Amino acid sequence: MRETAYWTWFIIAGIVLFCLVGLHMMIMHLDGLLGIFNPAGTVSLAWKNVLFRNKSLFFTITYIIMLAAALYHGFYGFRTILFELGLRKATQRFITVFFWIVGIGLFVFGAYAALAAKAMKI
Amino acid sequence: MGNVKRYDNRLGITGWLSGGRWGVERYLYFIHRITGVGILLFFMMHIFESSLRVFGPATWNAAMETLEHPLFKVGEIVVFCGFAFHALNGLRLILIELGLAVGKAEEPIYPYRSSLNTQRPLMVVVMIVCSLLIVAGVYDFFLGQ
Repeated sequence: MRETAYWTWFIIAGIVLFCLVGLHMMIMHLDGLLGIFNPAGTVSLAWKNVLFRNKSLFFTITYIIMLAAALYHGFYGFRTILFELGLRKATQRFITVFFWIVGIGLFVFGAYAALAAKAMKI
Repeated sequence: MGNVKRYDNRLGITGWLSGGRWGVERYLYFIHRITGVGILLFFMMHIFESSLRVFGPATWNAAMETLEHPLFKVGEIVVFCGFAFHALNGLRLILIELGLAVGKAEEPIYPYRSSLNTQRPLMVVVMIVCSLLIVAGVYDFFLGQ
C-alpha cells in the first residue's frame, strides 16, 4: 500500500514537473527565442533578470514546489532503478531512509535559498 | 544478497541494452533511465550553484563567468536535450500507464489487434515534438553566443 502511494506521488510529481520545469526551461534556455520573464533583455542569467524572478512571489512559490517535486521524482526514480538490481530488504530500507534524509536536506537548503533571495535587500 | 533468488536468464543492467529483438520503445526506456539519473545528478549540483544568487550580484556574476567554460556550455546543451526527451517521453509513459493511449479493450478475435497500433503513432508524434524542441534549444543556445 505504501509503495502504491509512493508511486502515485511519483506520477503526480512528474506531471507537476512537466509544467513547471517546462516553464523554467522556456525562460532559461529559450530566452533568445521567447524572452519571457526576462524584462532586462534576453540573457536569462543576467543579474537584473535573476533579481526580477527572485523578487516575484510567483517564482518563489514555484521554485519551492519544483524543488520538492524534482527531488521526490528523481530520488524515487533512482530508488526504483536500484531496487531492480535485486537488493536485500535491509539494503532497500537503508536506501529509502538515506534518500529521504538527503532529499529533505536538499529541500531545506534550496527552499531557504529561494526565500532568502526573495527577502534580499538590493 | 542471500535471500534473493537468481535466475539463469536474469540480464541485470546489461539487459537494458542487449536483450534481443526489442522494439524502439525498449530503447526509449533505456534512454529514459539514463537521462533521469543524469538530470538528478545535475539537479543536485544546480541547487547549490543557483543558490549563489543569495550572496548578491558580485558572487553571482563570478559564478556565471566560471560557467562560461566550454565544458559547462556543452553540459548545458546535453541537460536541455536530456530534459526535453525525459519530459516528453515521461508524458507518453504516463498516458500509457493511465490507459489513455492504449486503445479500447476488446475481445481477442483473430486477427488480433495490438495496442501497439495506438502506442506507436503516439511515440512517433512525441519524438517529433522532442526533436523540434531540441532543435529550438540548440538554435537558441547558438543565438546567445
